[in-house]
Amino acid sequence: MSARRVVITGLEVLAPGGVGAKNFWSLLSEGRTATRGITFFDPTPFRSRVAAEIDFDPYEHGLTPQEVRRMDRAAQFAVVAARGAVADSGIEFAGLDPYRTGVTIGSAVGATMGLDEEYRVVSDGGRLALVDHAYAAPHLYDHLVPSSFAAEVAWAVGAEGPATVVSTGCTSGIDSVGYAAELIREGAADIMVAGSSDAPISPITMACFDAIKATTPRHDDPARASRPFDGTRNGFVLGEGAAVFVLEELDSARRRGAHIYAEIAGYATRSNAYHMTGLRPDGAEMAEAIRVALDEARLPGEAVDYINAHGSGTKQNDRHETAAFKRVLGAHAYRTPVSSIKSMVGHSLGAIGSIEIAASVLAMEYDVVPPTANLHSPDPECDLDYVPREARDQLTDTVLTVGSGFGGFQSAMVLTEPERKQV
Amino acid sequence: MPADPFTLADLTRILLEAAGAEEGVDLDGDVLDTEFTALGYESLALLETGSRIERTYGIALDDDLLTDALTPRALIGVVNDLLTVSRTV
Amino acid sequence: MSTATVVVTGLGVAAPTGLGAREHWAATLGSRSGIGRLTRFDPSGYPAKLAGEITGFTAEEHLPGRLVPQTDRMTRLALAAADWALADASVRPDELASFDMGVVTASASGGFEFGQNELRKLWSQGSQYVSAYQSFAWFYAVNSGQISIRNGMKGPSGVVVSEQAGGLDAVAQARRQIRKGTRLVVSGGVDASLCPWGWVAQLAGGRLSTSEDPARAYLPFDRDACGHVPGEGGAILILEAAESARERGAHSYGEIAGYGATFDPKPGSSRPPGLRKAVELALADAGAQPADVDVVFADAAGVPDLDRAEAAALSQVFGPHGVPVSVPKTMTGRLYSGAAPLDLATALLALRDGIVPAAVNVKLCPEYGIDLVVDRPRRLGLRTALVLARGYGGFNSAVVLRAPAPH
Repeated sequence: MSARRVVITGLEVLAPGGVGAKNFWSLLSEGRTATRGITFFDPTPFRSRVAAEIDFDPYEHGLTPQEVRRMDRAAQFAVVAARGAVADSGIEFAGLDPYRTGVTIGSAVGATMGLDEEYRVVSDGGRLALVDHAYAAPHLYDHLVPSSFAAEVAWAVGAEGPATVVSTGCTSGIDSVGYAAELIREGAADIMVAGSSDAPISPITMACFDAIKATTPRHDDPARASRPFDGTRNGFVLGEGAAVFVLEELDSARRRGAHIYAEIAGYATRSNAYHMTGLRPDGAEMAEAIRVALDEARLPGEAVDYINAHGSGTKQNDRHETAAFKRVLGAHAYRTPVSSIKSMVGHSLGAIGSIEIAASVLAMEYDVVPPTANLHSPDPECDLDYVPREARDQLTDTVLTVGSGFGGFQSAMVLTEPERKQV
Repeated sequence: MPADPFTLADLTRILLEAAGAEEGVDLDGDVLDTEFTALGYESLALLETGSRIERTYGIALDDDLLTDALTPRALIGVVNDLLTVSRTV
Repeated sequence: MSTATVVVTGLGVAAPTGLGAREHWAATLGSRSGIGRLTRFDPSGYPAKLAGEITGFTAEEHLPGRLVPQTDRMTRLALAAADWALADASVRPDELASFDMGVVTASASGGFEFGQNELRKLWSQGSQYVSAYQSFAWFYAVNSGQISIRNGMKGPSGVVVSEQAGGLDAVAQARRQIRKGTRLVVSGGVDASLCPWGWVAQLAGGRLSTSEDPARAYLPFDRDACGHVPGEGGAILILEAAESARERGAHSYGEIAGYGATFDPKPGSSRPPGLRKAVELALADAGAQPADVDVVFADAAGVPDLDRAEAAALSQVFGPHGVPVSVPKTMTGRLYSGAAPLDLATALLALRDGIVPAAVNVKLCPEYGIDLVVDRPRRLGLRTALVLARGYGGFNSAVVLRAPAPH
């Protein structure tokens, strides 16, 4: 039996700078940034006061008052993105066997925003140690256990196959899509609605990253605060958002004449078994994930046209992944454009992996490599081609996208054109 | 503002609260000039320790300090310098 | 996709019924319940007051001092359970290639007690009081990450959250990774959110029993079912490719022979719930017929509608009273992501010893038409067990276990 091949036939993105894949791609291809001073709460007490926020009105995107009331912001993002992706795919879900359609949603921190707000209420501003259940919102349980995100998406699209939330920190967005692709490949599902969502811009998240000085304190220049690979970078900018895809088996996509964005040709995840937040400079485990993903795609490193980097903008990360790319691709690493869209949309934790898959897919769609904004003078230890500031026209058939997260997780995905443009 | 200068005993106490002790390391021994990494404390442990020192003593440690102050003696020195400054201004 | 046989070679249990598989199994066969009045905080102001607590676990006795300040209780339990499981499997991680070992766990609520303490500091003292460990100590991936770091496991890892069903989804993902070539995967799940903030969030779910009598509080399949008692803990399992386990002379408890997962239709739909389909998928995956199944470890929600739905699914697949049904979780309460891994461990021990644990306190409601094992454990020849788990919101998962082939 020949292995089932998995392709992306629908997508939707909610990212800072504008809801919708179209707005997202304009931002990236124009090299604009969506980072700004925090408006969601008073950031004065915090070390880091910038974030990449989305101007999002759930009612504008078809959510009902009840849905808005019961769902955390991240769940709202997931549902809106899922509906968008399904519409984009052109599949009539009503005519499908619901048991053959599944859902995976990635999220690193679940309903953090809702939990932070609700804790404040039930503890009366932190005053009560024994918090008061009488003030708890009825939907608090859905915040406690974020599998509610997958449940909401499954209800929204009518899926009754395998459903779960994948939560591997900042690689959740790649791992969720990788997990879904494996379910289709092994025959457990024909269609997967897969992606990820996080809405972490809340006081508790800002405080926890302040405590480890992971986020940038550059609040005097918020639009230029996220500077991956630049010598002046000093931490990441927290973001929020979601991207969801419709995944299906290649032959069935062809039979129905679907628009095929990309094939998920290879995926792997490895762990550094080193430190919950730290990275070794050699990038060995990320390199291994990349090697295995390329292997699964049956492609040599030289086939990679573009690397969508994790590029969080911490010194440790930028050097770690630069080392990883060189380790696997050798001399080809120097010839391959590498960019970080976190320079423009910030780092939305579990969501960003899927948002970066979307950026990779759109780079293939338009044959344009998005830039690394705010990159003026690269860290001397980061000596690859990071596509500074301006997008680049380039025939792009094969993209490698990677992620690295707390817990030591390192993930890599190889996306290809099922019909290659290059010969 | 505590009147006593910051001592090794203060640092040891805060380290234990913030990050526990590595097996086989005796913090009551002669550790003043042993690097923190050799005592089993990595960056995260030092960040937690640093933030507890900041809160307890009302001082602000430099961002890069915790990577530069490699030994207890060096860190104690920096904290005492800051305490002197904050007492004299 | 390879269909290589994947077996369980080690069990690590941390449950209200005991620390370690041996203690848990003895308590389970002796029908000794771990449910009682909450002691970790004063529950008198809350409508629910009972829980399945783990007693006698002192983290410092099991873990290095450096790990204690940076971990929530559920992570400490998971790390200890992983140690026990590895020891039980006679695996020394430093003797295996690091990329050949992965960790896939389930979580439901993360390190909620750790998170509660930091939220309290944030809102009562200020943001600079929040711990440097908060960025990971509470999040859902923490147990996989910490187990991987402690044991030097660099292979494919993962974390799934599908409330109580997640424990089986994690084991299925672990099996998938082994079939793709990883030699050994540490899997399972451990949850613990028995803190005031976790309690209030669980109360909001509307399924907690408010009975104050430990013998009357959690009565699945009983006419007096009135919700569940939550507990803490779970189990960590060592999964290996049967072939490499055999090569190293490892003992196998049994095979993860089949898995199926579905999601219920949206409430209000006319379509049936998905549990039956999940069972059918798991049986088909195992190449098993309903008649091959010797015992079912039920999800046992303890909520009348959900009990009825589960009983109906069992009757549809196995016929009325068609298969013995075991509910050892009547002795632990529901452990969320830890529940199904604990049921897997219990089921594997049942297969080993040919004995089905009894549900405690339950008087079976005859209308359900199931053969619930009550009062005392039942001796049976056991070859195949089915473990069910349902997650809040509509997640249904099923795993078929098969006893090791006789030598």
